[in-house]
Amino acid sequence: MATSTTTVPNAGPTSGSRSFISRLKDGDEIARIITFLFAASVVLITVLIVMQLWHDSNLSREKYGWKFFVKQVWDPTNDDFGALTFVYGTLVTSGIGLLIAVPLGLGAAIFLAELAPQKISDTLQFFIDLLAAVPSVIYGLLGVFIVVPLMREYIQPALKGTLGFLPLFQGPPFGVGFLTAGIVLAIMVIPYIISVSREVLLSVPRDQREAALALGSTRWESTWKVVVPFARSGIMGSIFLALARALGETMAVTMVVGNTPTISASLLSPGYSIAAVIANDLPEASGVYLHALIELGLVLFAFTFILNGLARLLLVLTTQKGSGMGHV
Amino acid sequence: MNARLRWRKFVSNFMLTLTGICAAIAVSALFFILGYLVYHGGTSINWDFFTKLPAPVGEGGGGMANAIVGSAKLLLLASFIGIPIGFFGGIYMAEFSNSSIAFVVRFAADLLNGVPSIVIGIFAYTVAVLPFKHFSTWAGGLALGIMMIPITLRSTEEFLHSVPRALREGAMALGASKWKTIMSVVVPAAYRGIMTAILLALARVAGETAPLLFTALGNRFWSPGWNQPTASLPAMIYSYALSAFEDWHRQAWAAGLVLLALILIVNIFARVILARGTAVPRS
Repeated sequence: MATSTTTVPNAGPTSGSRSFISRLKDGDEIARIITFLFAASVVLITVLIVMQLWHDSNLSREKYGWKFFVKQVWDPTNDDFGALTFVYGTLVTSGIGLLIAVPLGLGAAIFLAELAPQKISDTLQFFIDLLAAVPSVIYGLLGVFIVVPLMREYIQPALKGTLGFLPLFQGPPFGVGFLTAGIVLAIMVIPYIISVSREVLLSVPRDQREAALALGSTRWESTWKVVVPFARSGIMGSIFLALARALGETMAVTMVVGNTPTISASLLSPGYSIAAVIANDLPEASGVYLHALIELGLVLFAFTFILNGLARLLLVLTTQKGSGMGHV
Repeated sequence: MNARLRWRKFVSNFMLTLTGICAAIAVSALFFILGYLVYHGGTSINWDFFTKLPAPVGEGGGGMANAIVGSAKLLLLASFIGIPIGFFGGIYMAEFSNSSIAFVVRFAADLLNGVPSIVIGIFAYTVAVLPFKHFSTWAGGLALGIMMIPITLRSTEEFLHSVPRALREGAMALGASKWKTIMSVVVPAAYRGIMTAILLALARVAGETAPLLFTALGNRFWSPGWNQPTASLPAMIYSYALSAFEDWHRQAWAAGLVLLALILIVNIFARVILARGTAVPRS
């Protein structure tokens, strides 16, 4: 034993680099270990969140299995739970949000990246960044007191009057509902689409534009037929990021969606979403009820995990393409 | 000029104008939001709002002093969790890590950054509320702190990476150890950027409501210590906005104005003054 311990420090200095002991004396090794613990705790927390959600949803997972996602019942008094209405509401509200936000956001990003002079573009981008910093509960507040009455008094009756023959616009105008939540979500995610798309468009090499203009295309044709297709995967990335935000958004949706578990083709109908039902019910829930809610949280986690992963992949692809072409 | 070319030029101008309108709509949203908050909430902001407890229904007046203090306490707790882990983790990522560990940590941080805040809230609820059978300031601070980690870590890493190699080499050549180099040369060089990122992270979690609903919950009164439910500005806005009382609606608008003003001031300060000359990474 004694011999083996004495040989270890002797072996150190012969290895070329500074020995473990001398690095320890400098504090370098201690610093490395301590900062490593902090970095590792990020991984640990992330893993813990997944494990905790998985573990605390086991009652519901064991009871329903995959059927959880096709059941429409949500009955806390009889302890019978299915996720379909909430998944539906989340997808519909986010879908409406994107339908409005993508054209508007992409248009604004094109203006900022292609048309506006640098100074104006930077100033407007600054305001867009501030808009992205507005907390979601403020959007909810404005939703409740501005958007909902507006929808109830003007927009929904108008939609019923003109397009009322479509199944999309049936039923009484409550003000709250899928469409209202979608509109509020759209306003919320537009800044994300603009910021990321603008960055992606700016990374498109100059010669792409110049080549198109030299061939006689108009400014819009060079933008729409050359620059935007070049940046396509990055723009898709920005849309996925926005979708991930919209799916997980809680406050703004909870305040305007109506909180009524319904599946209806009508966009005017009140609905519910995954995040909203968690926000409303979690504190009172226990047993299978609690576990069903936590399983919904797990679903939300899975949705956003996949979307964020795809978005990052697409964004990396475009920026690589842009920088690679830039050297040509 | 033939008709086809005229048509193409018209389309070009038309579409480009349309993109300008899109940008104008997006930016004007900010001013609409601010304008409405000032219009509806401005009149309810007075000395009482900052110094008094919420008044019972029907009495009128009252303030949100407990929510303001509650928010401050939650942010303090969040800072104690989010800043050290993010800052030192970022130092490890930029200065010590090898590529495979860096990949894993970066992946986890990006994943954590994308997790919806309500899911973080569920986590805090299951680890810090259920086992103790009561809501607490601790639990709310934990949820907000976890949300701060990835933003602080990634931006610390990025700003440290942007410090020129020559600075490190200069310090090392003078005989400084690696840790000494980092703490006395590299970190001070990246100081403004890191401060900016931390302030932006704080501003972001200051407005978070979803993770507080079932961790810090809310409280009509003062919350002594750290072990009891506490009021917070965002949660107050939520419950007051959905109440049925005209008085409370006005208070919700006022609280919204105060919260947004604080967040925008911190954002503007961080982006314009502190970050002058450094590139601010966007969320």
